Amino acid sequence: MDYFIELFFGGLTRGSIYALIALGYTMVYGIIGLINFAHGEIYMIGAFTSFIVATVLSIYGFPLLAIVVIAALAAAVWSSAYGVTIEKIAYRPLRHAPRLSPLISAIGMSIFLQNYVLLAQTSDFLPFPALIPEFAFMEPVAHIVGSSDMVILVTTALVMLALTLLIKFTRIGKAMRATAQDRTMAMLVGINVDRVISATFVIGSALAAIGGMLIASHIGQINFYIGFIAGIKAFTAAVLGGIGSIPGAVLGSLVLGLTESFATGYVSSDYEDVFAFSLLVLILIFKPSGLLGKAETKKV
Amino acid sequence: MFPVNELKRSLLVSIWFAFLTFPIMVIKVDPIERIVTWRWDNMFFVAIGSFVLSILVKVYFVRKERRAGSKKAQTALTEPFVHRILREPRFLYPLCLACLAFAILFPHLFSAYQTNIMTTALMYVVLGLGLNIVVGVAGLLDLGYVAFYAVGAYSYALLNMHFGLGFWIVLPIGGLLAAFVGVLLGFPVLRLRGDYLAIVTLGFGEIIRLILENWNDFSQGPSGIANISRPGLFGIDLSFSASINYIYYLVVGLVIFTIFVVNRLQSSRLGRAWLALREDEIACQAMGIDKTRTKLIAFSLGAFWAGLVGVIFAAKTTFVNPASFTFLESAIILSIVVLGGMGSIVGVILGALTLILLPEYLRALAEYRMLAFGGILVVMMIFKPEGLISNVRRSYQFKKLPSSESE
Repeated sequence: MDYFIELFFGGLTRGSIYALIALGYTMVYGIIGLINFAHGEIYMIGAFTSFIVATVLSIYGFPLLAIVVIAALAAAVWSSAYGVTIEKIAYRPLRHAPRLSPLISAIGMSIFLQNYVLLAQTSDFLPFPALIPEFAFMEPVAHIVGSSDMVILVTTALVMLALTLLIKFTRIGKAMRATAQDRTMAMLVGINVDRVISATFVIGSALAAIGGMLIASHIGQINFYIGFIAGIKAFTAAVLGGIGSIPGAVLGSLVLGLTESFATGYVSSDYEDVFAFSLLVLILIFKPSGLLGKAETKKV
Repeated sequence: MFPVNELKRSLLVSIWFAFLTFPIMVIKVDPIERIVTWRWDNMFFVAIGSFVLSILVKVYFVRKERRAGSKKAQTALTEPFVHRILREPRFLYPLCLACLAFAILFPHLFSAYQTNIMTTALMYVVLGLGLNIVVGVAGLLDLGYVAFYAVGAYSYALLNMHFGLGFWIVLPIGGLLAAFVGVLLGFPVLRLRGDYLAIVTLGFGEIIRLILENWNDFSQGPSGIANISRPGLFGIDLSFSASINYIYYLVVGLVIFTIFVVNRLQSSRLGRAWLALREDEIACQAMGIDKTRTKLIAFSLGAFWAGLVGVIFAAKTTFVNPASFTFLESAIILSIVVLGGMGSIVGVILGALTLILLPEYLRALAEYRMLAFGGILVVMMIFKPEGLISNVRRSYQFKKLPSSESE
């Protein structure tokens, strides 16, 4: 039973990290209908930024709490900056181009960013400083659920709550929903669509950066290539839940995380990624609209 | 020509990029030795570089606007120079002969090392042409193309290891196996819309690679399969350099064959159906074209060529392992097609030769190669989505009769 619970919490942790990344995919897709292929790289850059900042601060002897807060802020700020810049350079000029053009541009951006980090930093795996301490009150259950699992779950839940409130009740959230429904109509009622799109990229990137920092400190190492697999998996999760739907992305991520955790725990750990990709292929074949997505009817 | 305003803007751009690249470019930490290195010179380069680039981009747009104003989109309809030359039999035949002569003489003019590189480049020409059928002509973005390449390479490696089958027997088998896998994948997947298709093919490519990496009993895992026999020539034992030349000629033959087939296909009924499918699926179905069948043929034909090249790859290197079939390989082949010009045969050939030969000869730039591939994809999409040599569809132009009274 312990093993089952361990796998269950492992799956939830995994799933909540996927959710943080998947939200960026799903929000961008909901608004501009583009698979932001470079989103995984944003997550990687978030992890790298927090790694660099945290290591520098710890060398200069800052206290742990300050390190965590500053590193998280830095990761969010720089990731959002990258997100907005990428949108401006690679996607905005192609907004009216044929569908494949922005996708190819996004793939190019993803390869570019990976190699940019590879060249500017290193191709080795780097040890990520442990930012989450072992809490004393977690002692009795530590063999099943680690402190960092708990922190990840709680943080993700809080972030999701904040996001829901933002989208439901603020002005920009309303504008985002309107733009997602109908971009032209939103423009007609005086919404600055460019600004809404930028805001979407800022929010999505910041979430991914937080996810990147949490998972990197959980796993304990990073490398320039982590964004690729994480990005694909998060995308799988977003599709599983129904791309464009925010609760769908969260649900899909948790399902994917649990599936992976149980499959690697009970079947074989060699094929971890194969499970995720097979799940993606199966969903797209049998239920392309996802768990919570609306089926699209195309009018001619 | 440059108002102060524009300069100020470029300055802002360069400050933004200096800020953007600050943590990654400037700071380098060594977490074990606990040393921080500040590389301020990088920030300086980034700032200068982005300043110059932003001015260049602005100049480009100003010029483009001016050109569009003066000539009124007249350039859009004219065919590129290369295509116009190729249309004229007067130029076409001598040009083909010259290329052929150069290709035949190449191993005698240059060293074995050069021949080897040229063989690789030509293999990418074939891969590019194969993917061009799928992406360029039929408009299906396939990001897992390398999977079919892997199927070809592994089918030769495995059949050779277990059954001792020779190159010439496996060559068609590998191609057909890859085409079969293409149909197998294509059947369920082709109903998907463009970008979903892209992701599923990507996932599929990764699944194939991961299986090859992890299923040790089947594929010997990450260590790969070594000692694959080289292609034979009627049982004659070839020396090492002769076998390099032999494979080279074989690939040249394959390139010619591919060009011939692809060229014929493009103006066939099927080729026109592909083009129509790329432009508008719904209108295409309304015209009575069987969508699934047409797409499947494109998919399996593309896969067939990847399989053939895969077999040759295994024979050339005498060694295969899963590391040769990563997503980046797919991305390289895709950039060949995009850079060359989607749908254009000449374009794809030029694209492959540039992208594969350039990094080989500019060794200093080799580590920036993938960075450049990524950059090329983005820049091409923004500035010249039609590629180096754009493929202009054959179209009829109606000229007004001089005596026409109506209108």
